[in-house]
Amino acid sequence: MTASVPGGAPAWILGAPPGAAAPVHDPARRVPPTRPDHTREVPAPMKPLDPRLVRTADAVRVHLAVSVASGVLITGLVLAQAWLLARAISGAWRGEGMDTLGWVVGAVAGIAVLRALLSYLAETSALHSAARTKSQLRRRLVAHVTGSGRVWTAEPGDGGEQGPPRAGELVTLATRGLDALDDYFARYLPQLVLAAIVPVAVLTVVFWADWISGVVILVTVPLIPVFMALIGMHTQQRTERQWRLLSRLGGHFLDVVEGLPTLAVFRRARAQAALLRTVGDEHRRATMGTLRVAFLSAFALELLSTLAVALVAVEVGLRLLGGHMDYQTALLVLILAPEAYLPLREVGARFHASMEGVAAADQVFAELERVRAGSPGAAPPATGRPSPAAGGDIRFEGVELLYPGRDVPALSGVDLSVAAGEHLLLTGPSGAGKSTLLSLLLRLNEPTRGRISVRAPGGEWEPLEGIAAEDWRLGVAWVPQNPYLFDVSVADNIRLGAPGASLERVREAARLAEADAFVSALPDGYGTRLGERGARLSAGQRQRIALARAMCRDAPLVLLDEPTAHLDPENAAAVRTAVARLLRGRTAVIVAHDAGWARKTFGADLRTASLALPTAEGSLPR
Amino acid sequence: MSERTTVPADAGPVPERERRRDPLVRMTALARPRVGRFALGVLLGSVATGSGLALLGLAAWMLATAADHPPITALGAAVVATRALGVGRGVSRYLERLVTHDAAFRTLAEVRVRVYERLAATEPFGRFRSGDLVSRLVNDTEATLDLLVRGLTPPLVSVVTGGTAVLVLAVVYLPGGLLLAGGLLLAGLAVPLAAAALGRGPGRRQARVRGELSTALVDTLHGAPDLVAYGAMERQVERVNAADAELTRVARADSALLGLGAGASALVTGLTVWGALFLGVVAVAGGSLDAVSLAVVVLTTLAAFEIVAPLPAVAARLGAIRASGARLFGVLDTPAAVAPPTRTGLDAGEDATVRIRGLRVRYGPGEPWALDGVDLEIPAGWTVAVIGPSGAGKSTLASVLLRFRDPDGGRVEVGGRDVTEYPPDEVRAVVSGVPQDPHVFASTLRENLRLARPGARDGELWEALRRARLADDVAAMPRGLDTQVGTHGLGLSGGMVQRLALARAVLAAPRVLVLDEPTAHLDPDTRDAVVADLLAAAEGYSTLLVTHDLTGLDRVDRIYVMREGRVLQQGTHEELSRQEGWYRDVTRA
Repeated sequence: MTASVPGGAPAWILGAPPGAAAPVHDPARRVPPTRPDHTREVPAPMKPLDPRLVRTADAVRVHLAVSVASGVLITGLVLAQAWLLARAISGAWRGEGMDTLGWVVGAVAGIAVLRALLSYLAETSALHSAARTKSQLRRRLVAHVTGSGRVWTAEPGDGGEQGPPRAGELVTLATRGLDALDDYFARYLPQLVLAAIVPVAVLTVVFWADWISGVVILVTVPLIPVFMALIGMHTQQRTERQWRLLSRLGGHFLDVVEGLPTLAVFRRARAQAALLRTVGDEHRRATMGTLRVAFLSAFALELLSTLAVALVAVEVGLRLLGGHMDYQTALLVLILAPEAYLPLREVGARFHASMEGVAAADQVFAELERVRAGSPGAAPPATGRPSPAAGGDIRFEGVELLYPGRDVPALSGVDLSVAAGEHLLLTGPSGAGKSTLLSLLLRLNEPTRGRISVRAPGGEWEPLEGIAAEDWRLGVAWVPQNPYLFDVSVADNIRLGAPGASLERVREAARLAEADAFVSALPDGYGTRLGERGARLSAGQRQRIALARAMCRDAPLVLLDEPTAHLDPENAAAVRTAVARLLRGRTAVIVAHDAGWARKTFGADLRTASLALPTAEGSLPR
Repeated sequence: MSERTTVPADAGPVPERERRRDPLVRMTALARPRVGRFALGVLLGSVATGSGLALLGLAAWMLATAADHPPITALGAAVVATRALGVGRGVSRYLERLVTHDAAFRTLAEVRVRVYERLAATEPFGRFRSGDLVSRLVNDTEATLDLLVRGLTPPLVSVVTGGTAVLVLAVVYLPGGLLLAGGLLLAGLAVPLAAAALGRGPGRRQARVRGELSTALVDTLHGAPDLVAYGAMERQVERVNAADAELTRVARADSALLGLGAGASALVTGLTVWGALFLGVVAVAGGSLDAVSLAVVVLTTLAAFEIVAPLPAVAARLGAIRASGARLFGVLDTPAAVAPPTRTGLDAGEDATVRIRGLRVRYGPGEPWALDGVDLEIPAGWTVAVIGPSGAGKSTLASVLLRFRDPDGGRVEVGGRDVTEYPPDEVRAVVSGVPQDPHVFASTLRENLRLARPGARDGELWEALRRARLADDVAAMPRGLDTQVGTHGLGLSGGMVQRLALARAVLAAPRVLVLDEPTAHLDPDTRDAVVADLLAAAEGYSTLLVTHDLTGLDRVDRIYVMREGRVLQQGTHEELSRQEGWYRDVTRA
């Protein structure tokens, strides 16, 4: 079933007919990279005005009000200009000079200035509103995403080192994506308002001036939206059928260019050019097939509007000839007739460009409507004081964590206990849920079954979920496998968990974490900005900043996640020294892949617990 | 031919004169083979716009003539022409769209091939490390389509129709024609260009603030676990909101400037109509113009600004298209990283021993040496591992062996032949393997495998899968070899992708197998299993294993420890474990 291609090149894209894709064998385990959208050529149909947009952002309501007001004014000016032009031209034909027509001509200049002023104000106000709407949407998005628990429930150890899924897409959406709303606000919405007002006003005036022309326009104007809708519906069906093919063909070029080094290794690079040509031609044919239909709606619009103007012109001209109409009225009707169709045509022309903004807003709403995943909110309100239980004993009883939408739990049947001051080494195969267990202790997730209890020194056992997560975390310091460093100063990175810490305390933490020497060598010392994701520092240095962060937090419970994996010897030695200092006098849970290696690293006084792979059976009620 | 020199499809250098040309000109030159189709598109577009304009002018003439009650025959031709124009406009607009899009897609297909051929010839893979760069390159190629359909056709149509309208009007009434010419130039050229220029300041200002916002957002979303764990999320959201407030403030301050374009266009349009009316009324009163012409002049002027309506959007867009072009040619102008071969017919002979002597490489004059005098030997059938911290030059070594780049000094021999004298593809028949971040194509497993050996039978594919220990997994898939792996192989796990790449390398059956970081991005357990399978599959090949990972090194024949472009230590695992030094420190860590 493999299609053969000239030149004998393997047919990537032609290997299987569209729709023949086999179900994916394994759920996607790697984080999808952010990819450019090659499917923009055929935008999905969208509502012209999203009611959610109007409801959510009050800036939109203000903008709509301004647009309607300026729309009404512009309509008035259009009508006045038409009347004045008809008056002046017919007046000159009757032999009137500037002495009688002077005010008419002058008024045309006045209208020109007023219209210019109005366009300026409308555009400015539209951009204003766009900026405010973008800000409102962005803030809601950020508040929602950071408050929902969704961004950090990326299953750790499940390719999670690449960062939470779709974070990159969310950033793009919140910045460049929403910027597309500028066009929507400044170009599309005002035109939509005009499209609603102008035809009605023009029609009224034309009816008043000459009812026969009024009937011609009345019959044709509503035909336009009807035809467009009919054709649009047809196009949509066709487009959806072509959709898969188009996006596959469109993505092929990117696929081949990205794979060029691989193709080169196997000496297939040049052979692909022929295939690229074939696919390109196929892409063009498929796209043109869609466009031939897609352009029909514009065709209907253009044809109807121009034909209607021609009909009006002929009909008015003939009645004028027969003496059934005066010249000024005929001119007024002729000037106004195209104005009835113009806003509709403009809306059509601006529709596609503006829909990118609507699509972005749509994505924001989809994100806002996503159900809050993860932690149930049964915990008491935070007090702002660290929970004393963090310095005590911890007990897991039959703990299971099942991520929503998964069949197999990330962690199941876990029974273990950690005594105050004890260092517990957690081992187990990949996928056993070692990092997931840490996320439970961090309260990033809550168990879906079983119980975690804690006991403050000298206190009683109490359920962990009964303690406000914020208060609990105040007693926890966490050093992840790949700590995230923020694009702020080194000092602020270290005092992340202790915002009030003095520079003295920050320095002391850095010194204990073996980080003081290299931080001091940075151009601005502790004030140096670290760049995106701490790009200025090496992996080992980043790890030591994270340890300094944990030192600065000065919490009784420390959670370490393979802190010296992938480090070269010098860095590994420094990190080891720092870890030893951090663990002194604190309770610790350490995740490591290799128990022997971890023992050498963290000292011999470790108790080891091994996690087994979770099973679906483990989640059955016992 | 100049369309050939715009982007040579071979590895030849791009002439200096060509490189200095404006990117827009060079992008346009890429469309030269389709010039006939584009000309037809412009013609049709002009007919469409012209019809609308002529319709109104003709209608004005008809009314003004009818007002004097002439016999009906005087209007006969005009009535027919008016109806024809009414139909002609829609039809020609539809045809114009089809013709220009068809031409643009044809051009795009050719430009893609041209860009691809150039990339395949020059292999600028040093720039490929950032996946973002590659996808931008692809988008920049697609910008050609934008230039042709939206950037070039509308201005050309405006020039043709605007020129015609001015000429016709000038014949009817010279001052009216001149006035229209001035108005159209202002509204179609001066205002859009000025608006685009005015927009650059705000664009820069906003880009800077937007950068702040985007950094804060990246920090918030990617650093969310750290923020939550340390109770710092609220403060971080405040940081985002502060950046957002600043961006909103700047955008609102700039909106006053950006609105000027719209206002100026409306002013020019309105005042030109007024001017035509004023001059016309005075001229009719003075007897130098007849009343019929007055109607034609004023109504034509009123309708004529439709000609230039699309131009402000074009001016705003051209800047982005030019930037795309500059980036695109920036990559395409890169000369080949490999010098032309001095001989062909590489025969590695029976003994495919790899011998590297005094190898030096750097990525540019003045850059530090990525490889600084490396000596290395892979006797036939041996597996040699090159390890060391990142930045040691390990992958540079692999890229020299795969002929992705030339050495700046030293010799690289395979079977006694200096491979740098031979064409890359001849060398890769002998030396092949798994490049860094092997690409999985969005197709079936079968096609992804057959890439390495076109026309391979299923039996051979299964054998390769068996050697890479992937056969059982594939056999368990409902569609087996016909399974679609998805974009970037997302339907496969990380370990499966590496095994697939290994199976591909085995299928290519080179004499020398180069495995560049085959365990990158794998979790520790998968890593162990993949390394074990790699070493088993490499049995019988001369193998170079480049890795930063220390698993399975006791099973290789020789280990080279590299650091800062030099070989620090070499020996077997046992020898190095006894020696004092880097290797022992790392393995004991």
